[in-house]
Amino acid sequence: MGNIRIRAVMNGDYADIKCLMLHPEDTGLVKNKATGKLIPAHFITNVTATINGKTVLSAQWGIAISKNPFLAFRVNGAKAGDKLVISWVDNLGESASGTATIAAS
Amino acid sequence: MNEHRRKFIQGTGTAGALGVSLAAGLLPTRAFAAWNKGAFSATSVPAVEKILGITGAVNSNQITINAPDIAEDARIVQIEVSSTLPNVQSIKLVVDKNPDPLAADFTLANGMEPYVTTRIKMKETSMVRAFVTSGGRTYTAAKQVKVTIGGCGG
Repeated sequence: MGNIRIRAVMNGDYADIKCLMLHPEDTGLVKNKATGKLIPAHFITNVTATINGKTVLSAQWGIAISKNPFLAFRVNGAKAGDKLVISWVDNLGESASGTATIAAS
Repeated sequence: MNEHRRKFIQGTGTAGALGVSLAAGLLPTRAFAAWNKGAFSATSVPAVEKILGITGAVNSNQITINAPDIAEDARIVQIEVSSTLPNVQSIKLVVDKNPDPLAADFTLANGMEPYVTTRIKMKETSMVRAFVTSGGRTYTAAKQVKVTIGGCGG
């Protein structure tokens, strides 16, 4: 776990950011079919994105986010070469972050 | 740090196990805001609206929800929200008929494009609702997504 795949490319005035986070996103509502016991909740609660150290997006997520979460957003005023960092933390205290340099269109 | 954590956990003794482990996880990473356990645990849309202070959001045609009419896989339903409202501060995603309707709450910095896309799980056919806060007021729009086989249950 912990890997974040990021694609960050300028598109006109904004940077088009897409990322995929590897995470099970267990809701806590699903039973393990073999044991009949609930699979404990394990999901990302918070995500932040910074560009050159400045927060551009912060998110709180619930259990409805799909396994291996996908997130896309657009940052006005960004430029090629800017440094993007995306980080998450989950309900068990695990965390990960990924970095990318915004590419020219 | 460990001692600091322990004190914090003692201080949150009334929170559930989830809240405690969450708090412990959040401490070293101060960049993250606290997780709104109440809002994400609320089981109805009015309860979510009340906790988030967005009751009475005005319907707006300046919010676009791009989502499938019928979900091919209810475990992976891509939802795109965009808006032509000015100065958008936050975008919230709510699925009326999910066990916990609030799916996501995005806070956007000044000047961010009012756009976000993510993928969610849906239990059954439901309205998918976006709440967009612009200039301190909250607006809403909704789109129905049909589900044939649920994505939340076992």
